[in-house]
Amino acid sequence: MSNSAAADPAPDHAGQVGPIIAAHRDRPGAMLPILHAIQRQLGWVPGAAVPLIADALNCSRAESCQALGALALEAHARAALGLDYYQTSADGALTLEPVYCLGNCACSPAVRVDDEILGRVDQERFDALIAGLRGAGATA
Amino acid sequence: MSPPLTASRPQRVYVPGDSGALSVGADQVARSLEIEAQRCGLPIELVRNGSRGLYRLEPLVEVETPAGRMAYGSVRAPDVPDLFAAGFLDGEPHRLGHGLTALMPYLAGQERLTFARVGLTDPLSLDDYQAHGGFVGLRHAIGLEPGEIVQEVTDSGLRGRGGAAFPTGIKWATVRNAPLAPKYVVCNADEGDSGTFSDRMLMEGDPYCLIEGTTIAALAVGATQGYIYSRSEYPHAFRIMEAAIARARAAGFLGPDLLGSGRTFELELRMGAGAYICGEETAMLKSLEGRPGLVRFKPPLPAIAGLFGRPTVINNAMSLASVPIILAQGAAFYPDAWGVTYSRTPLLTYFS
Repeated sequence: MSNSAAADPAPDHAGQVGPIIAAHRDRPGAMLPILHAIQRQLGWVPGAAVPLIADALNCSRAESCQALGALALEAHARAALGLDYYQTSADGALTLEPVYCLGNCACSPAVRVDDEILGRVDQERFDALIAGLRGAGATA
Repeated sequence: MSPPLTASRPQRVYVPGDSGALSVGADQVARSLEIEAQRCGLPIELVRNGSRGLYRLEPLVEVETPAGRMAYGSVRAPDVPDLFAAGFLDGEPHRLGHGLTALMPYLAGQERLTFARVGLTDPLSLDDYQAHGGFVGLRHAIGLEPGEIVQEVTDSGLRGRGGAAFPTGIKWATVRNAPLAPKYVVCNADEGDSGTFSDRMLMEGDPYCLIEGTTIAALAVGATQGYIYSRSEYPHAFRIMEAAIARARAAGFLGPDLLGSGRTFELELRMGAGAYICGEETAMLKSLEGRPGLVRFKPPLPAIAGLFGRPTVINNAMSLASVPIILAQGAAFYPDAWGVTYSRTPLLTYFS
């Protein structure tokens, strides 16, 4: 999830956010459901001075993943994408984020792309994944 | 024994929908199976079961044969035409074959209680759940006095599976005897330690078990509202669990008139926002209330002043998933009741 206290660079999202808030506001403890719903619908949380995030790549970094090469995969991901953590590619399509654990320890190392989890990811599989994402983005 | 295979009766094929299996291509395998089955004119019925836990063989495809379920793994999408050519729908040998699933050495020696249905059943099928012993515990509990349910769980010796091993029945008794209302049940499915994914496996493989255990807890303490709190890192578990809650409610296993008893229990699934600390119970309560997930001092115990300041049972998902079989089979059936130690029932996440 992306949010910050900075100014909203695209305030016209207010029209979409309002109905989401209205749909959840009467639930006890509505904060997280509202944030998740906005994130799901808009792909980000307005109010944040970050570029629109189409895809967020989360690389798992916990012990099981480390034991099976996650550190080398992290280095490869940074180099291949030319991004450090929390940076977004110039076209706004990819953001690289660390995640502690995806609970996919038996198929480590794991990567998450939006709501898809990928396991047994090596450098080759990572490159194929990125090529697929870029291809999908180009034809979309 | 299944009736003989005929063209009119689709062959049942299992491809896990568990996150681990999906992460290594289970959806692609499922698609290939459907395409190849159509091409060969052999109708199949795909069941997206949970994982058997044999992750090194995922995606583990199983075929129902008259002799039992036959296992093939790990299957990649390009292997599928070859499996059809070898006659895997009839359980024929193949280089990826492992024979009868139940006789595989890893599984043959297991006696499963909490995970008895995981990998066997269609996770979202209420019929399948009940055909494998589901809701027997709830049906029994609904005819008991709340104090009798608490006593049964106390006598079973069940201890909290979150790690602290506090006796579950004693926690429930505290909430039951607390004077304020409404009361809440919160299921802690926010497992965040690396190497642990049993909550995820259960939510994806047997979600009704967690619903049943949570509902029994609610009956025991007099709660009318419950929450399952899980992780934003578990998108598949969230989808399956949410669908299961909706179906259970539509069928009267949740909602305003539980099994026609006139008693109410509503259950809602909440997703955290990636904060590890929200697995700690007081931080979790704050997060459920819509506030920052900060730990607070105890007392007051959540059992006395928990969610929105009301008496609240907070149990680990594995604790609640252990409850249905205790109510179904009786306290004495449960291994923890056999001795004074906790040594009989360690729950381990093991993988290699």
